[in-house]
Amino acid sequence: MSTVDNTMKEANDGQEVCKKKRIPAEVSILLVLVGISIMFEILGWIFVGQSFLMNMSRLQIIILQVSVIGIIAIGVTMIIITGGIDLSSGSVVAMSAMIAATFAQSSSWPKVISPSLTDLPFVIPLAVGLAVGAAAGFVNGWLVTKTRIPPFIATLGMMVSARGVARWYTDGSPVSGFTNEFAMLGNALDRWMPVVIFIVVAIIFHVVMRYTRFGKFTYAIGANPQAARVSGINIDRHLIKVYAIAGLLVGLAAMVAIARIKTAQAGMGLMYELDAIAAAVIGGVSLSGGRGRIAGTVIGALILGVMLSGFTFLRIDAYYQDIIKGAIIVTAVIIDQQRQNKRKKTT
Amino acid sequence: MNSAAVEETVSVSGATPPRDHSCEYVLEVVNVSKSFPGVLALDDVQLKIRPGTVHALMGENGAGKSTLMKVIAGIYQPDSGEVKLRGETITLETPLKAQQSGIAMIHQELLLMNQMTVAENIWIRREPKNAFGFIDHSEMHKMTEDLFDRLNIHLDPDAEISTLSVANRQMVEIAKAVSFNSDVLIMDEPTSAITETEVAHLFEIIRGLRKQGIGIVYITHKMSELFEIADEFSVFRDGKYIGTHASANVTRDEIIHMMVGRNVDQMFPKEEVELGEVLLSVKNLTLEGVFNDVSFDVRAGEILGFAGLVGSGRSNVAEAIFGVTPADSGTVWIEGEEVHIKNPNDAIMKGMAFLTEDRKETGCFLSLDIQENIQSAVLHENFVNGGGFVDQAKLNIESEELCRKLRVKTPDMEEAIENLSGGNQQKVLIGRWLLTHPRILILDEPTRGIDVGAKAEIHTLVTQLAHKGVAVIMISSELPEVLGMSDRVLVMHEGRVTGILDRSEADQVSVMKLAAQ
Ligand SMILES: Nc1ncnc2c1ncn2[C@@H]1O[C@H](COP(=O)(O)OP(=O)(O)OP(=O)(O)O)[C@@H](O)[C@H]1O
Ligand SMILES: [Mg+2]
Repeated sequence: MSTVDNTMKEANDGQEVCKKKRIPAEVSILLVLVGISIMFEILGWIFVGQSFLMNMSRLQIIILQVSVIGIIAIGVTMIIITGGIDLSSGSVVAMSAMIAATFAQSSSWPKVISPSLTDLPFVIPLAVGLAVGAAAGFVNGWLVTKTRIPPFIATLGMMVSARGVARWYTDGSPVSGFTNEFAMLGNALDRWMPVVIFIVVAIIFHVVMRYTRFGKFTYAIGANPQAARVSGINIDRHLIKVYAIAGLLVGLAAMVAIARIKTAQAGMGLMYELDAIAAAVIGGVSLSGGRGRIAGTVIGALILGVMLSGFTFLRIDAYYQDIIKGAIIVTAVIIDQQRQNKRKKTT
Repeated sequence: MNSAAVEETVSVSGATPPRDHSCEYVLEVVNVSKSFPGVLALDDVQLKIRPGTVHALMGENGAGKSTLMKVIAGIYQPDSGEVKLRGETITLETPLKAQQSGIAMIHQELLLMNQMTVAENIWIRREPKNAFGFIDHSEMHKMTEDLFDRLNIHLDPDAEISTLSVANRQMVEIAKAVSFNSDVLIMDEPTSAITETEVAHLFEIIRGLRKQGIGIVYITHKMSELFEIADEFSVFRDGKYIGTHASANVTRDEIIHMMVGRNVDQMFPKEEVELGEVLLSVKNLTLEGVFNDVSFDVRAGEILGFAGLVGSGRSNVAEAIFGVTPADSGTVWIEGEEVHIKNPNDAIMKGMAFLTEDRKETGCFLSLDIQENIQSAVLHENFVNGGGFVDQAKLNIESEELCRKLRVKTPDMEEAIENLSGGNQQKVLIGRWLLTHPRILILDEPTRGIDVGAKAEIHTLVTQLAHKGVAVIMISSELPEVLGMSDRVLVMHEGRVTGILDRSEADQVSVMKLAAQ
């Protein structure tokens, strides 16, 4: 309400009135994260007889699981902010993983897929994985901008096709036996490597979205494409960049994932796209575009991770886990919607 | 990350770049034609703008004014003809190219990124960067403040656009356009959403720009503005160029004749109507922090005008009555019975209709066609049979007749409403509510962006409705319209009713006194 007062007063007596800073959405999401953690802590003492939080290995597992989804979710967040969506990330994880994995094998492994590509320095499979992801993202962006099909359809097509490529590439057989060097990507630093990568990526993109022109363009296109165009922004070129970068991050996530579990399978990454979207949405990113922050998505991903781990910790049946997870995602959107309605009301 | 974006140096210091006054015209449009499917929007037109002048464009809704401006701003490509800037032919493939060539435009429809801040909107693509190449938000804030100081605008650079009133958004658009320091500044109906105070403010800004030698193209449907601010004007009709004249030596009627090709009758066809019983009665309506203790009655056949400054809460009261944002306390009575309207559907069922203020945000379904837009408020009553099937044939007939009556300029009813000119969109929305045959009609800025001829027609229509016993509430920022049409004028200030004047006592002075307190 205070904003109405402000504009009214400003219009009338030309005085700038006190600027009330809105509490950023991230703070309330952070509170939700804290709340859920405390809830599991209490339930843990009641039902399992031990602490949920005071368990280093559990916390590490949570954060490790979050890292892969989190890296994907950062790219997805950018796409959602432009007013789009990406359904292909899970399948692209599998595609990048399968292709890159064949460049990462050690010659000492008995079942090498391409013997000429063994014992390569780790940057080669890494670059391949990133390139495959970025290429898939580029195709998504190209379809969305040049053919004007909705992002939902374009990325749905990619979701099906990329999974197909992943299966076809090795005829469905999994790829393992990576060089030690490559495996470090997921296990270095006492196995904290994925977390470090996630944090670095999060910080980079937080800065990019807030403090660079690239970020401003991303928000502007989602907020009002017409206005963005008239402001001189080349929308098509920018959208292609956003989709390609999001794809690159999917490729990175795939590399971290296979390096950590030391194997690549065509079936991996299933439903990752939905978890990534859920993380963004729980984190306050608006599906209608133009609004959302990387920090929110990171917290959203943490909430998903804590929930998953908490359910397992409480030995809740997997079926119930899914039911509850679905309910929580919907609740997050409801809250987001209400936040928007409130904003409308003050206009 | 953004290597491809074009770097620009931006000066907001208020110092104007040296301008080349050697050419007689800053901007020349030569033999430009532009057609859309089924419409020849511009037919071999011309336009010449002198530096340091305000050049008004006049013409009926759909005459092609906005289309011509969009050609100049690089948004549309002409089918033939050329645009010359300072005597040199230029091609404007993109809005960016036009901006870089020194052409800035304020669009007829507000084009702002609502979820972003005022400063971000103004400096998008031209953000100041710090030594590390990152956007310098505090510098951007300062640049905005400097710009606002220069233009005497009082808005918080960090406010989100969505929290601003339409009028303040318009001021942001104006500031943004000025910030380009361009040679040619196009303003497409900049005053359609603002009140007299802001209009005066805008004119001050325009006079300043004119002194700096900028060529200003000014589109308006308001005659008084033409005489007040324009040095020259050009008239367009049906996509054709009619002529250019100095505004000092013509009369209002001559201009209207040029615009419509015929004479238009009296401006405010107000007729005395026998007032009936009280149809709508509002008692002590309050929406915390927005408006307070609002009470009034409207009788059958009465037109109650709402006057007040922007932000005084006029539209909010209407929204509350119609159930868009229900009030916190107070009561609403219809024909002596208390009603509880919780949403617009309740209101429609009670015989109310509400033309909203912002046709783009809350009016048009931009992706749908005219027919679908005009019929959207009647899909739950007369035109639907027991099985839930829409009686499309009957609807089509009534809708088409209404569009004819309102003179909507369109090839057919299946045209996307997005492709209509602004004034014609407005007419379709008025038609939407007339189709519901309301007993209580609330009009929020009904003639915004509507040409003189059509305006008179809409006024006649409202008068006719009053004759039939409809109670009308008319919110308008155009004081002459409120004074000319209303039986009584309700004046609001900062969310309170400061007075209700009878037609006989209401004039410019008495209303403004109550509105400004
Ligand atoms: N993108 C488009 N597609 C199809 N037709 C269009 C398009 N843009 C404009 N038109 C048509 O071109 C004609 C001229 O429209 P324009 O918007 O230039 O009118 P205008 O003079 O600005 O009118 P107003 O005073 O109502 O704003 C109209 O008949 C309109 O329907
Ligand atoms: Mg127009």
